[in-house]
Amino acid sequence: MPFLALIRRDLAIAFRTGGGGALGVAFFVIAATLVPFGVGPLPELLSRIAPGMLWIAALLSCLLTLDRLFQADVEDGSMDVLALSPVPLELVVLAKCIAHWLTTGLPLLLAAPVMALTLRMPEVSYPAMIASLALGTPALSLIGAIGAALTAGMRRGGVLTAVLVLPLYVPTLILGALAVNASAMDLPAAPYLMLSGAITLAALPLAPFVAAAALRLAIR
Amino acid sequence: MELIAENLRVTRGYRTVFAGLGFSVSEGGALILAGPNGAGKSTLLRILAGLLPVEEGEVRFGDVSLRADRGAFVDHVVHTGHLDALKPAFTAWETLAFQADLYGAPRGRIEAALDALDLGFLSDQPVRVLSAGQKRRLGLARLALIERPLWLLDEPTVSLDAKSAARVAQMARDHCAQGGLVVAATHIDLGIDGAARLDPAAFAPGESPSDFSRDDAVLDGDAW
Amino acid sequence: MWSFANPNKFMRVSGALLPWIAGIAVLLAVWGLYQAIYVVPPDFKQGDGARIMFVHVPAAAMSIIVYFIMCLCAVFALIWRHPVAYLSAKAAAPIGAAFTLLALVTGAIWGKPMWGAWWVWDARLTSELILFFFYIGYIALWDAFDDTDKAATATSYFCLVGSVFAFLAKYSVDLWDTLHQSSSMTIGTIATEEKLANEFKTPLLIMIAAFYLYFLTLWLIRVRSEIRLRRIQAIRQAAVIE
Repeated sequence: MPFLALIRRDLAIAFRTGGGGALGVAFFVIAATLVPFGVGPLPELLSRIAPGMLWIAALLSCLLTLDRLFQADVEDGSMDVLALSPVPLELVVLAKCIAHWLTTGLPLLLAAPVMALTLRMPEVSYPAMIASLALGTPALSLIGAIGAALTAGMRRGGVLTAVLVLPLYVPTLILGALAVNASAMDLPAAPYLMLSGAITLAALPLAPFVAAAALRLAIR
Repeated sequence: MELIAENLRVTRGYRTVFAGLGFSVSEGGALILAGPNGAGKSTLLRILAGLLPVEEGEVRFGDVSLRADRGAFVDHVVHTGHLDALKPAFTAWETLAFQADLYGAPRGRIEAALDALDLGFLSDQPVRVLSAGQKRRLGLARLALIERPLWLLDEPTVSLDAKSAARVAQMARDHCAQGGLVVAATHIDLGIDGAARLDPAAFAPGESPSDFSRDDAVLDGDAW
Repeated sequence: MWSFANPNKFMRVSGALLPWIAGIAVLLAVWGLYQAIYVVPPDFKQGDGARIMFVHVPAAAMSIIVYFIMCLCAVFALIWRHPVAYLSAKAAAPIGAAFTLLALVTGAIWGKPMWGAWWVWDARLTSELILFFFYIGYIALWDAFDDTDKAATATSYFCLVGSVFAFLAKYSVDLWDTLHQSSSMTIGTIATEEKLANEFKTPLLIMIAAFYLYFLTLWLIRVRSEIRLRRIQAIRQAAVIE
C-alpha cells in the first residue's frame, strides 16, 4: 500500500541516517538538563516550572527536526517523484508527518516522565503530562509541516522555519502546559486536554492540505 | 493516443520564455527538444509533467486535458529530470521497491528494470557507493519500472558513457516501437525514426508584455 | 470591477485620491489630539496618564485591521492571481507591524504606573506581541524568496494560516490568563468600560479614523512604490534581453 510504503521509507531514512528518534530525544534530555543550570537546583522552583520547561523542550526538539521533513526530498528531486505519483501530495505530507511524529513525538512520551522525575514535577501531574504530550505533539508535527513546506527548497531556511513555526506553536504550547499546570493546582486538566486534542484533530486534515500547496510551489 | 500542446506560454519573472508554442506527437512518435540554454526546454518538460502550472494554452493526451484533469493526465506520464531522486542510504533495489510501491507497479518488475540499465550487479549496493553515471542510470530505471506511455526525459544521457547512452537511446527506440511516446531534451541522437525537432527558443517573443510594462504611465507624473 | 486592479488605472486613481486622504488624516489627527490633550478631563483613577489611550487604542485596533486587510488581499491574490492584490498585502505588512509595535510600546508606558513595571504578561499585550511575531514572519518570508510569484503565493498561505492561529493564540492566551490570574487590572479597561463617557468616546473615534486614513496614505504610497519598482525591473529585464 503506497501510504504505508511512504511511512516505511521515511522511518528507514530516519533510522539509517540520524539514528531515528535518538537524536531528538538526546536534544530533549539535554535541554531539560540545562534548566537547573539556568535557574538553580531549588526543588520548589523546579517542580513549579517543570511542566512548562518539558513542553518547551519538546517543542524545540520537534522544531529542530523539521528541516529533514521536506528539504532533502526537494533538493535531491525525490519530491518530483512523490508529486507525480498516484498518491495525492496531501497524503504524502500526512505520511511524512506521521513518520516525523513516530521518530520525534513518540520517543518524547517515553523520555518525558524520566525528565519530569529529575525536575521534581508533582506526581499528580504525570498522567496529565503524558496525555498532553500525546495529544499535543502530533499537532507540532502537522503544524510544523506547514512552516517546513513554506521554506522547503530555500538555501538558508532553518531560522526562517523557526520564526514562522514558533508563533504557530503558541496555542498548542499554552494548552499543553495549562493542562499539566492545572493538574498540579488540583484543577481539572480535561478541558485543556480536549482543546489540545481539538487542535490536533483540526490540523490532521488541514495542515497537509496547506503544506501540500506550499510544496507544489517549492518544486516549481 | 496523441499528445497535443497548443498555444503554450511561459513567463519566468518578467520574461516571457516562449509564447504560442504548440506541437503534436502521435503514438510511437518522438519529439526532440533542442535549443540553447535558457530556451525553456526543462520548463516545457516540467509543464508537460504537470509540475508547473499551464499559464496559457492547452495540453491534451488523447482526450485527457492537463488543465482540466491533472491527476488523470499525470497518470500517463513518467518524468526524469536533472536530479536522480535517490537516497544515499537505500540500496538500488530498495530505491526501486519504494518507487514500485508508490506507483502501484508490481515489485516483480524491479529485476528487469535494473537489468534494462545494466544495474543488476549493483542491486544490493547502497546508492552512496554508486558512481555518477550509475546513479543516473538508477534514476532512469523508473522508466522501465513504471509502464507509462508518455516519457518526458530531461537530458537523460548527461554523465553517461557512450555505451550507457546508447543503451538509453535503445530503450527510447523500443518504447516508441511499442507505441509509446517520447519527449526528450537531449543533445545526442536517440535514433528514433521520424522524430520531430522543436526549439522552444523559436517561440521566444520579441517583447515581453506583462502587467507592469503595458505602457509607461506607471512611471509618469506626480510626486507621490 | 477588476479594472481597478490594472496597475495603470490603480496608479491614476490612487494618485488622485492620495492628497485628499492624507489631508483629511492630518485634520482629524490635529483635532483628535487637541480634544484628547486639552478638552477631555483627566481620568479619575489614572489621571493624565490615561490620555495615552488615544494613541494606544487606535494603534491596537489598526494592528488587527491591517492584518485583516492583508488576509483579504491574500485571498484575492490566491484566487485571481492579480499583482496589485499581492503587492497590496506586501505593502501593508510593515505598516501593520509598526502599528503593533506602537500599541506594545504605548501599552507598556500606560501600564508602568499601574503595574509598577514596564511589562506585565497581561492578556491583551501578550496577544498583541504574538500578532507582532506573525507580522515579522510574514515580512521575513517575503524577503526569503527570489521569485515574486512564489513569494506572493507562499506569503498568502502563511497570512491565512496565521490569521487562524492568531485567533487560537488569542483564545488560549485568555485561558492562560484566567488560570494564572497574572494581572488584576487590564489596560484598556477605560476604553471598553460601558460607562465610558462620550467626552472620551468621540475623540477616540476621531483618532481611530485619523489612524485609519494615515494607514491608507502610507499604504497607497507603498503600493505605488512597489508597482514602480516592478516596472523598473521589467524595463531592466527587457533591456538585458535586447
